[in-house]
Amino acid sequence: MAETARRMSALEGRAYEGSGIALTPTAPASRLSLRAPEASLSALSKALGLTLPRKPKTTAADGGRAALWLGPDEWLIIDEKGADLAALCAKVSALHSAVDISHRNTAVLVAGARAEDVLGAGCPQDLSPARFPVGAASRTVFGKAEIVLWRTGEEAFRIECWRSFSDYVFSLLEKAAREA
Amino acid sequence: MLLIHCPYCEEERPELEFRHAGEAHIARPENIAEISDEAFQRYFFIRANPKGVTFERWRHIHGCGRFFNAARDTVSDRFLMTYKAGEPKPDLGEAGGNQ
Repeated sequence: MAETARRMSALEGRAYEGSGIALTPTAPASRLSLRAPEASLSALSKALGLTLPRKPKTTAADGGRAALWLGPDEWLIIDEKGADLAALCAKVSALHSAVDISHRNTAVLVAGARAEDVLGAGCPQDLSPARFPVGAASRTVFGKAEIVLWRTGEEAFRIECWRSFSDYVFSLLEKAAREA
Repeated sequence: MLLIHCPYCEEERPELEFRHAGEAHIARPENIAEISDEAFQRYFFIRANPKGVTFERWRHIHGCGRFFNAARDTVSDRFLMTYKAGEPKPDLGEAGGNQ
């Protein structure tokens, strides 16, 4: 009998649901670390089918693909359908750097009425809707790990973290979620 | 927690996202191969370390990743202002005193 290798997510089998909070690891997605100067943005936006956001802490999302502003010349592109993002950017001749980081990161969805409180256990940013509205995203810290936090809904966040940090991040989230 | 204004993110962020990166406005000598050991030592190692207002480089390492400059009072730990890297040293005037 031939044995076949099976791809396992770093957070395989981990999930938590409590009152007002649900922690769900996401399915694999493709991700790109994109760095480019201002002059290249229109060509890259066209290739990716998204207008790369230019304002701090903002995102652009359309049909399972999203671009998150991380810095003045840096974006995190996520495609939940697994499209080959690096190949899309390879067709662009304007100056840019596109690094495929699909397997470096993993993500956890934090949803529910207590989502802000649970994230507050490790994230020092002001996550109130006035300062961190739906669609806002930022690189920040959660406990001792660096994360990218993206508010996808009134009561829904997506945490992107390095897969080697994911056990720590999920454990800390779960601990915070268990505290009533 | 101290809140630091990042000139690139255009808002105040918690200090945990930042890292200190030494004294600001230290110009590298253009003839670095020709200067004396003493001059190199002064450029490379010797820092002012004043009590009071100091100009420092900071990095928003867990945010936008950018280096920027800040004027900080080492006595009160108060940030007087922050500004983008490459911008000239601001004249703080009266605000520069110990408060």
